[in-house]
Amino acid sequence: MIVPAVNPMVPQLYRTGRIRRETLDTCTVEFEPEDGSKVPPFASGQFNMLYVFGVGEIPVSMSGDPTRREKLIHTIRMVGPVSKALCELKRGDSVGVRGPFGNGWPVELAAGKDVVLVGGGLGLAPLRPAIYQVLAGREKYGKIVLLCSAHTPSYLLYQRELEAWRARFDLEVGVIVGHATSAWRGNVGYVTKLVSKAAFDPANTVAMVCGPEVLMRSTAAELEKQGVAAEHIFLSMERNMKCGIGFCGHCQYGPYFICKDGPVFQYSHLRTLLVKGEI
Amino acid sequence: MKTLESILAEHPFFKEFAPEYLQLMKGCASNAFYRAGTYIFREDEDASHFYVIRQGKVALEISAGSLGMITIETLDAGEVLGWSWLFPPYRWHFSARAVEPTRVTMLDGICLRTKCNEDHDLGYELVRQAAAVMMQRLQATRLQLLDAYAYDPRARSRL
Repeated sequence: MIVPAVNPMVPQLYRTGRIRRETLDTCTVEFEPEDGSKVPPFASGQFNMLYVFGVGEIPVSMSGDPTRREKLIHTIRMVGPVSKALCELKRGDSVGVRGPFGNGWPVELAAGKDVVLVGGGLGLAPLRPAIYQVLAGREKYGKIVLLCSAHTPSYLLYQRELEAWRARFDLEVGVIVGHATSAWRGNVGYVTKLVSKAAFDPANTVAMVCGPEVLMRSTAAELEKQGVAAEHIFLSMERNMKCGIGFCGHCQYGPYFICKDGPVFQYSHLRTLLVKGEI
Repeated sequence: MKTLESILAEHPFFKEFAPEYLQLMKGCASNAFYRAGTYIFREDEDASHFYVIRQGKVALEISAGSLGMITIETLDAGEVLGWSWLFPPYRWHFSARAVEPTRVTMLDGICLRTKCNEDHDLGYELVRQAAAVMMQRLQATRLQLLDAYAYDPRARSRL
């Protein structure tokens, strides 16, 4: 785990760079440290607390390449006042950044194994740093399977990158949407269908899944049905995080604090919690 | 060249069928090819066949008024297409369009129903396998109905 070198409760000033609209309600924003320093090192799967001055602070996963430390990259869906304000920032605007927080994807554990990455909707964003990492060290892994799903084709993130990944011979990419017009020539249905058809060795696979909870639950169940051990299936969880370091308790999830013990958990630790509606 | 019986035997839907049933059903079977973009059947037409997809991709579509044709599911090689031949009033509820060049083995619905009526063990096995696929698709449809990608105020603050 990579932890912040400075006081974790004090935001560092970052300057807004390029903002790219990904879908109707989602944008990717680049930030650079205002003091000209490098972005602190982070592990794929970790998150930052982003503070829009005068509006509020929210946790957002890193979605950029962990080896490129010139800028921070976050993909944000506009669902509330802070996320909306983040997507409406102008180049040069200042924001506060605390982090990186939480653990990360088990990229090292996956070495020597097949890797299955499943991103549902915006869940592809926290997975993207792990995708960059496994592709950068491609020779260390067996088969790499990337499965993405979205409500409709227009809600698919990183469409240009997806095309580039699909063109690679050393990566199997599957995309499925909930429904589409006749112009869409790809798959329509639920993501578990892609999991059941993907080519990987279940006995020697590490799976990383991120997306809506119900999607992660059904995907993990399908992976387990295919023969992947629950200890080798990892899910990235979300709750309403405030402090980011396990003090405030806002993100408590059964015996865990999502911010400190997660956000990435083994499915074997979550299985009984995921079916409890009241948590 | 493969026989119809061996084509059926190799298809996942028929893998638990006894050879004598495959022998019986091959009398109802024929092969067909659809170019990309052509319709295999259209909504509300007579549901005359059961399709076993051997190669390609098929889109199940419904006409959604001003939205045009909406694809609600795609089916690939190794899957089967169409239940309406099995249940009255034997009319298609959706349209099926070949998205890619598609090869199917099609089984005549009236012929299959006749054989199932004559041999209830065959009928039971066919409905049992069909029910298993229907259950999978129903579960997937229920999950799709949840619109899981929508904003969850409990968990989505981070995003």
